[in-house]
Amino acid sequence: MNAKRPIVAAIAIGSLIFLYVPSLAVAVFSVNNARYGLTWKGFTWKWHQQLFQNEAILEAALNSLLVAGVSTAIATILGTALALGLDRFPWPRRLSTAMDLLVHLPVVTPDIILAAALVLSFNFLRGFSEIFDLGMGTLILGHITFQISFVTLVVRSRLAALGRDIDEAARDLYATGPYLFFRITLPLLMPGILAGAMLAFTLSLDDFIISFFAHGPDSVTLPIYIYSSIRRGISPEIHALSTLVLMATVILVLIAERFSRFRAAV
Amino acid sequence: MTPGQNQPPEKQTPAHGGPPLMKPSPGEEPGPGLVTWYGGIHRQRDLRLKGSALLGPGLAWLLIFLAIPCSGLVILSFARRGDFGDIHWIWNLDNYKRLLGYGLFGWTPDHLIILGRSLLVGLVSTLICILLAYPLTFYIATRPPKTRNWLLLLLVVPFWTNVVVRTYGWLLVLSPQLPPARIAAFFGFIETGAPLFPGSFATYLGLVSTFLPFMALPLYSSLERLDWELLEAARDLYASRWQVFTQAILPQTRPGLTVGVIVTFIPAMAMFVVTDLLGGARYMLIGNLIQNQFSTSRDWPFGAALCLALMALTMIGLMLYRRWGDPRDKNEKSGGAAP
Repeated sequence: MNAKRPIVAAIAIGSLIFLYVPSLAVAVFSVNNARYGLTWKGFTWKWHQQLFQNEAILEAALNSLLVAGVSTAIATILGTALALGLDRFPWPRRLSTAMDLLVHLPVVTPDIILAAALVLSFNFLRGFSEIFDLGMGTLILGHITFQISFVTLVVRSRLAALGRDIDEAARDLYATGPYLFFRITLPLLMPGILAGAMLAFTLSLDDFIISFFAHGPDSVTLPIYIYSSIRRGISPEIHALSTLVLMATVILVLIAERFSRFRAAV
Repeated sequence: MTPGQNQPPEKQTPAHGGPPLMKPSPGEEPGPGLVTWYGGIHRQRDLRLKGSALLGPGLAWLLIFLAIPCSGLVILSFARRGDFGDIHWIWNLDNYKRLLGYGLFGWTPDHLIILGRSLLVGLVSTLICILLAYPLTFYIATRPPKTRNWLLLLLVVPFWTNVVVRTYGWLLVLSPQLPPARIAAFFGFIETGAPLFPGSFATYLGLVSTFLPFMALPLYSSLERLDWELLEAARDLYASRWQVFTQAILPQTRPGLTVGVIVTFIPAMAMFVVTDLLGGARYMLIGNLIQNQFSTSRDWPFGAALCLALMALTMIGLMLYRRWGDPRDKNEKSGGAAP
């Protein structure tokens, strides 16, 4: 298709700009030296600097990272085990279909239903243990629940790409049991596991709906903090905070990009 | 298709002279209770035990926090809310009656309107995303590799941008002091000094900008593998642009389109952040309603009934897509453009 297509190009570039309009607006106003309103009053970093003195914001940022870190670690282990268990064992067809369905459930269920289901289970389990009182614990539990599926899907696709030839070759060369797993399967699977973990981590940091339902008063994450501040009205601090969140997103994407390019090169 | 077809024959007889390694299945057991699996000979029981150990924790987790509570929602939807937001386990259909509009004060269409609007908003924003995503991904896919990578990166960043931050951005863009609202006021669409939100325009703007990357990225992965020669062939055979699209591009990009529709339509309909901030109270969707039941109103049984209604709407939407949007049927009838 060598023909030039001005309409296609116009729509494409227009769409890309359209995607960046809101982010750019936030970034521009975050360095605007005006306490109220949205008229340009000159450049300043003061809103960004003030963020680092605001304890509520620092705590929210810390909570976000803590929840993402812990839940990603657990979900990666559970999800990888799940992927191995589903892919590498001769389950009867019916059983594996049923298990697939369960694993895919969080991916296709609307987040808000997932969140409602989680709240329901926490409410029920609260009778047994205090862990299930809404707070950091429930936030982590909730995030793990949707992360497991994504980790499993990513690791499984890597497992499927590996195929069985390598295992068979290793077996022919008398590799067995733990040696086969730790020296051959696991290293080959590592890129998939890391990609799954990366995805889980980003999903957790980015999540709003599940966190909104599962958080307690002492476990506010950044997206929730921003949301509740917006409801009270717009302010330069929130411009600045949103800009920092945007910057973090860009950096994460660039790291992931580097990482996947590195992977493709190896 | 048997797996032996595309592999050289010497692979079927391994060096150690054991049983053939191709496609081991419980049916072709090398001995009583033994199976070949990934080149090794295992006792079936050991294999099952190991597999269960790996699956156990993950599946148990998903059962406890997902499958069982989801069934719990079904049961809960037949219960009744107590005076203090507690749950009375009295079986009744009140929640569903309320959903259909029968309340204390006779029939009102309020909830039905919200349901219908949710379906409509989901369908329309998915459609707009499809209409924008095709030119967008087509453009990206036809660039030179280096430009292509950069453009893709430009698509990935909004994909990961937090929905709250992005919606907040729209709040700023549409606020009265900035050009969009001033231009709209100049042409008399809104009053001077009024913002462009809340309302349906702002809602669609927010939803489409949120979900366009979700549509475009899966679509791109399909378009990337497009067989361009088929397009050339179609044009050589005097196909119109529309025919090239429906006969050559659409069938080949169907897998990506399907994924895009699923990841756009389902969350778009249930979205409550965008509608809450940009849609305002008059433009409620089912997501807002559910959120209200679980927070301020504390009416969990009604919330559960709404969740089921949302599930039903999701099914309806996906069935509509299968019925009208899935080009596979047309493709098969006309002989098939894809190889």
